[in-house]
Amino acid sequence: MSRETVFVQGNEACVEGALYAGLDFFAGYPITPSTEIAEHLAARLPARGGRFIQMEDEIASLCAIIGASQAGKKVMTATSGPGFSLMQEALGYAVMAEIPCVIASVMRGGPSTGIPTHVSQGDVNQARWGTHGDHAVICLTASNHQDVFAMTVEAFNMAETYRTPVILLFDEVVGHMREKLVLPVPGELPLTERLRTQVKEGVNYHPYLPREDGRLPMSDFGGVHRYNVTGLFHDMWGFPTDNPRIVRDLMRHLVDKIETNTAQVCKTKGFFLEDAEYVFVSYGSSARTVRQVVEERRLFGERFGLLELQTLWPFPQEAVREACARARCVIVVEMNLGQVVDQVKLAVDRSDDVFLVNRYDGVFIAPEDIMNLMRLIQGKGV
Amino acid sequence: MAVKDYIRSRFFPHIWCPGCGHGIVLGGLLRAVDGLGIPKNDIVMVSGIGCSSRISGYVDFHTLHTLHGRALAFATGVKLSRPELKLIVPMGDGDALAIGGNHFIHAARRNIDITAIVMNNRIYGMTGGQFSPLTGPGLKATTAPGGTIDPMFDVAELARAAGATFVARTTTYHVREMSKILARAISHKGFSVVEIFSQCPTYFGRKNKEGGAVEMMRRYKEITVPVGSPDLQDNPELIERGVFVDRQMPEYCEEYDKIVRQAMERAAQA
Ligand code: SF4
Repeated sequence: MSRETVFVQGNEACVEGALYAGLDFFAGYPITPSTEIAEHLAARLPARGGRFIQMEDEIASLCAIIGASQAGKKVMTATSGPGFSLMQEALGYAVMAEIPCVIASVMRGGPSTGIPTHVSQGDVNQARWGTHGDHAVICLTASNHQDVFAMTVEAFNMAETYRTPVILLFDEVVGHMREKLVLPVPGELPLTERLRTQVKEGVNYHPYLPREDGRLPMSDFGGVHRYNVTGLFHDMWGFPTDNPRIVRDLMRHLVDKIETNTAQVCKTKGFFLEDAEYVFVSYGSSARTVRQVVEERRLFGERFGLLELQTLWPFPQEAVREACARARCVIVVEMNLGQVVDQVKLAVDRSDDVFLVNRYDGVFIAPEDIMNLMRLIQGKGV
Repeated sequence: MAVKDYIRSRFFPHIWCPGCGHGIVLGGLLRAVDGLGIPKNDIVMVSGIGCSSRISGYVDFHTLHTLHGRALAFATGVKLSRPELKLIVPMGDGDALAIGGNHFIHAARRNIDITAIVMNNRIYGMTGGQFSPLTGPGLKATTAPGGTIDPMFDVAELARAAGATFVARTTTYHVREMSKILARAISHKGFSVVEIFSQCPTYFGRKNKEGGAVEMMRRYKEITVPVGSPDLQDNPELIERGVFVDRQMPEYCEEYDKIVRQAMERAAQA
């Protein structure tokens, strides 16, 4: 089978990735700049026997896909800024009840209604800490359509592997820009199905008793095992409890199942890092600008390198530390007041040598924005 | 089967106060399910948050205890994924109609085949007796020490106006009638709403001097009459019980199935 090449928006690349990953159920509420994801899935899902539903709001959308996932489907919703804020309550539920689901947030500037049609990368911290309580979460991103596709497939695989919500953060430029996408053929990218229980009908099944490897074999609603699912701290039967030992153990399980697998979850891409004197750390569309700067300045013999983050949470601390270890300084490029730069400072030993190039005015970062700071850092004046 | 065969006895005793109406609703519901002979594996109960919502933990079905007000949204996802399953969604009055009001009217509008049970005790019990959208003006609650000035909804009217195709009301006093109505609601194809007056002696009863559970239930007998009762002419304050709406309209999952069939046929031709 030969690969098909299409010319699409990033939002459509996400749709293609989700369909490739085996999406069967989507619930959503229209919001700019994510709407095309819902529109394309409304058209594409029924032809494959899948279900699309437009809910009354974003809260209901995430709740509906959680219900569908519990019934055995691969599920997703898509939103932006304020819609993502509304989803935080149900996001916490999916964390606690360990229900696989994928949430794509095509970021818009905030706070509040903010700047709907312009670019921003303002949801990085919301993705991590938007919901209450301590928890782990997986959040992936991409800078080009091929990676949007690949990371969307990854998001489904990780959601099903770790039984957790996975957040896809794209920015408006990635979501709306059109470029080439080569569609992988079936079987080319690995797909993960959730682990289903082998326990036979009538035999005691403990839905919330993790295996040694931390994975929870699941029984879908409608199957032969009847059990309780709750957002309260719960015992191995899924029944609410406030027993301090069980509460503590469940909290550890929820965090550890992701934090002990950071090597699998954390993905980055390096460009010219081997001998880089100046290491840039960036993600999403701003990483494209950085890549252009790096490639141009290499022609002038300047040793610039780029570490592009594809996993934002858990933060790829090891990869960042490693890439920055020999750098003279580290420059984080992002479109917010500095949400990743704080993490980079924590990851490297010399936080004084970490600089930020950012814009938070809805305007895409240009090479000049980066070079203005570089001239200062390199002592070339302005 | 005996009613106790539908119970997860491992999780007893339940958390409800002595005299709480929710246990009576549980009994009535299980008798309805038993009468219908629906296999336990075919039932999914989805509930929200509150005293009433804890009912899902105690029944031996597939049970999803979700977020405050959101049970119908979760249930919509389950139902649309597995339309062959029976979805039962018990909710408290605050859960269903305050925080969950939007989900309630839209589930009714879609006419998705879910049975919503509003266990109406006119108070927030679990958080300690604050007024709900069904408390009604003049009544007392911890957040309305001088009496609430908030008008209330008529659940049945609201459900009908929003598009529910089966709407009924009953009380914990009329427990046999309750079982029959619940059986009809569960069998109904489309969105069904059953409002059940369910006493909260701990908060509503005490605050509003309605006495204990027995007095409160006796009151349900006195203030309600069957639909269309001639007594209503003399006493318009009486509240009607029984089935208000029972009509057939296209059901959401079935309509979506048609979309899927057409889309798959088109795809096969292409
Ligand atoms: S507080 Fe009221 S509603 Fe809650 S269990 Fe007690 S009596 Fe029932």
